[in-house]
Amino acid sequence: MATQTTTSSADAFYKQLGRMYGTYTGGFLAFIVFLALLEQVGVPNKVLGYFFVFFTLAVYAIIGVATRTAQISEYYVAGRRVPAFYNGMATGADWMSAASFVGMAGTLFLLGYDGLAWVLGWTGGFVLVSILVGPYLRKFGAYTVPDFLSFRFGGNTARFLGVIVLVCCSFTYVTAQIYGTGLIASRFLGMQFEIAVFAGLVGILLCAMLGGMRAVTWTQIAQYIVLIVAYLVPIVILSTKWYGIPFPQFTYGTALSEIAARESQLIKDGLAILCTKDACPPGTLRPHIQPFMNYTPLNFFGIIFCMMVGTASLPHILMRYFTTPSVKEARDSVAWSLLFIFLLYFSAPAYAAFSKLEVYTNIIGRDLNMIRPWLFQWGELGLIQICGKNAANLQAVLEACKAIPNHPGVLRFQDFVINTDVIVLSTPEIAGLPYVISGLVAAGGLAAALSTADGLLLAIANALSHDVYYKMLDPNAPTIRRLTVARVLLFFVACASAALAATKPADILAMVGWAFSLAMAGNFPAIVLGIWWKRATTTGAICGIIAGWTICLFYLVTSRYFPQAGVTYFGMSSLLNPETGKALVNVAQVLADPKWLADVPASATNPLANRVGWFDLNNINCGLLGMPLGFLVIYVVSLLGKEPSREMQAYIDEIRKPRGRTILEEKT
Amino acid sequence: MLTHLGIWFFFGYVIHMFVVPLNKIVIPILGFPLGFYMAAQGSLIVFVVMLFVFARQQNRIDQEHGYAEED
Repeated sequence: MATQTTTSSADAFYKQLGRMYGTYTGGFLAFIVFLALLEQVGVPNKVLGYFFVFFTLAVYAIIGVATRTAQISEYYVAGRRVPAFYNGMATGADWMSAASFVGMAGTLFLLGYDGLAWVLGWTGGFVLVSILVGPYLRKFGAYTVPDFLSFRFGGNTARFLGVIVLVCCSFTYVTAQIYGTGLIASRFLGMQFEIAVFAGLVGILLCAMLGGMRAVTWTQIAQYIVLIVAYLVPIVILSTKWYGIPFPQFTYGTALSEIAARESQLIKDGLAILCTKDACPPGTLRPHIQPFMNYTPLNFFGIIFCMMVGTASLPHILMRYFTTPSVKEARDSVAWSLLFIFLLYFSAPAYAAFSKLEVYTNIIGRDLNMIRPWLFQWGELGLIQICGKNAANLQAVLEACKAIPNHPGVLRFQDFVINTDVIVLSTPEIAGLPYVISGLVAAGGLAAALSTADGLLLAIANALSHDVYYKMLDPNAPTIRRLTVARVLLFFVACASAALAATKPADILAMVGWAFSLAMAGNFPAIVLGIWWKRATTTGAICGIIAGWTICLFYLVTSRYFPQAGVTYFGMSSLLNPETGKALVNVAQVLADPKWLADVPASATNPLANRVGWFDLNNINCGLLGMPLGFLVIYVVSLLGKEPSREMQAYIDEIRKPRGRTILEEKT
Repeated sequence: MLTHLGIWFFFGYVIHMFVVPLNKIVIPILGFPLGFYMAAQGSLIVFVVMLFVFARQQNRIDQEHGYAEED
C-alpha cells in the first residue's frame, strides 16, 4: 500500500514536470516570436537585447526562489528524486559552459580536424562516468565527492585532500564562467564590463543560494532548453538558406569539400601559404580536414584522454548523479546527459565549417574595399584584426594594409586574424538574420555560463560547508546552522570569483583546461580504486592523491612559468612543431634571456601553452603523467600496508549491488 | 562491461589513428571525408547509443542476480 502511494505520487510529480517544462518551452518560443514582431515594428535592438537577458534571468530567479528549501538533503542532493531524463538535462547545462557554447566552434574553426580532440574528449568521458564511477557513488550515498573519499579511506586526511583538489579545479572554472556572463552582457547590452559581471553574480546567487541543489537542478533544466534552442536556431536557418535542408549536421559535408576547393584555389592564387613539412610558421594555412597539423598525434590523443578522464573526475559533474532516485536511474541519467550534450557538440563543427566557408569565399581574396560590413563591429572590439590592426572600419583597414610593403590590395589569408569567440556570435549576422536571433544567441550563451557557474559554486560551497565545517570542525552543528553556513560560504565564494573575474585575469581564464588534468590526476585513481579494488588502503590513497596531483601541478607550473628552471634542473627540452618536427624554441636562448617568457608568442587557442617540457607533451596533458603515477603509488603503497578491515571490504561489495540502503546514511 | 570499455577505446582512439587513409573515402551524398566524420559525429553517436545499451544490459544483469532495487 505504502509503495503504491509513493509510486503514484512520484508519477504525478513526473507528469507535472513534463507539463511544466513543456509550457515553459512553448512560452519561450512564443516569446521569441513576440520579440521578432517587436523588431518588425521598429523597436530598437538594444531594447530587444535587454528584453531577452532580463526575461530569461527573471525566469531563472523565479524558479530559484520558488524551489527554496530548508532541508539538508534537499539542499545538498535535491532530495534524491530527480528523474533520470531531467537530471540528464540538468547535467547537460551543468557541463556545457560558456567555453562550449561560445568558444568550441571557434576552436574548430582555427584548428580544423585537430579541434575535434576536444569534441571527442568532452563526450566520451561520460562512458567512463557510467561504467566506472557514477552509479557506484550514487549507491554509496554521499553528499559530496570528498565525503566518499573520507569514508572509503577512513578519516579526514583523505577528505581534506579531496576538498583541496575540488576547490583548485572549480575555482578557476567558476571565475571563467562569471567572466563569460560579463562579456556577453556587456557586448549585447552595452553595459560596462564590471557592472555586467556583478549583474551576472546576482542572477547566480538568486538561483543557487536559497534552494541549493534543488533550485539549481530545476533552473539548469530551464537553462538547458534556452541554450540548446539558441545554439541550434541560427545554424538551422543558415543551413536551410544555403542548402535547402534544415539539418546543418548533414549539409556541412558539402561545405567541407567547398572549403577544400577554396583552400587550394587560395594557395594557387598566392593569397595563402601552405603549412608544409619544410616550413610551418604561424600564419600559414592548415587545411581544414587534415589531421595532426596543430597537435602531434601524442598530444591529440592525450587531449582526448585527459578530457575524458577529467570528465569522470570533476566533482561538479559527479555530484549531479547523487540526485537521482536510484542506481538504475543514475545509469540511465548518464545516457540522457550525453544525448543532450551530444546535440550541441555534433552541431559545433557545422558552425566552424559554415563560418570558414564564409571567410574563405567572402572575405579572403576580396578587394579590400568590398569587405563585408559585419566584420567592423567585431573589429571595433578588437576581436577581428586585419593587417595587424583592429578592423574597426574600412578606413582603418585600408591604412593598415597600405603600411605593409607590396600588399596586393586584396585580402590575404595571413592578413586576417579572428578571435575564436566571434564564430558563434557572428553567425546570425553572416546569415543576414534579424537582430532577434543575435539576442537569442546572447541569451543562450548567458544560460550556458550561468548554469555551469551555479553547479560549480554549489560544489565548492558544499565541500566547504559539509566537509570542512560540518564533518571536520563542528560535527554537532544543528541543521539551521549548517544551512546558514552553506549559504554564507556560497555568497562569499561567488563574490570572490566575481571580483577576480572583474579584473579580467587572462591567465586564470585560460586555466580552465588545466582543471581537467588536475581533477584527473588527483581524483580519478583514488575514486576508481576505491570502488573497484578492495585492497586499496588509506595510506595508499593519500600518497597516490598527493603524488599524482603534485606531479601534474609541477609540470603545469614549471613548463609554463619557469622554463629556465625546467630546462636547467629537470631535463626539459623544447617542444616540436607538429608538422615540421623542428624545435619550437632555441633552448640556449631560453637560458640566456631572463625575460624570455614575455616574448613567448601566445597561441590564439591556448595562451598558456608551454614551449618546453618532457616527452614533447603539452602542459594541458599533464594528467598523462599524474594519473598513471597516482595509480602506481596507490597500488604499491597499498600492497606494502595492511589489508583494509573486513567491514570495509564488505561495504565495497555492497556498493556494487544496487539493491539495499545507501551505505552512508545522513541524519537530516 | 569490458566489451563496452573495448568499444569505447576503439571509437575513442583506435579509429582516429587511421584518419588519414579514412579521409580518402568520401561518404556518398553527404560529402564528408570518413575520417573527419568519425571524429565529428560517428564516434559520438556510438558513445550515446552505447550508454543506453549499457544501462539496459547492466540493469538486466542486476535483476537476474537479484541485486536490483525494489521499486
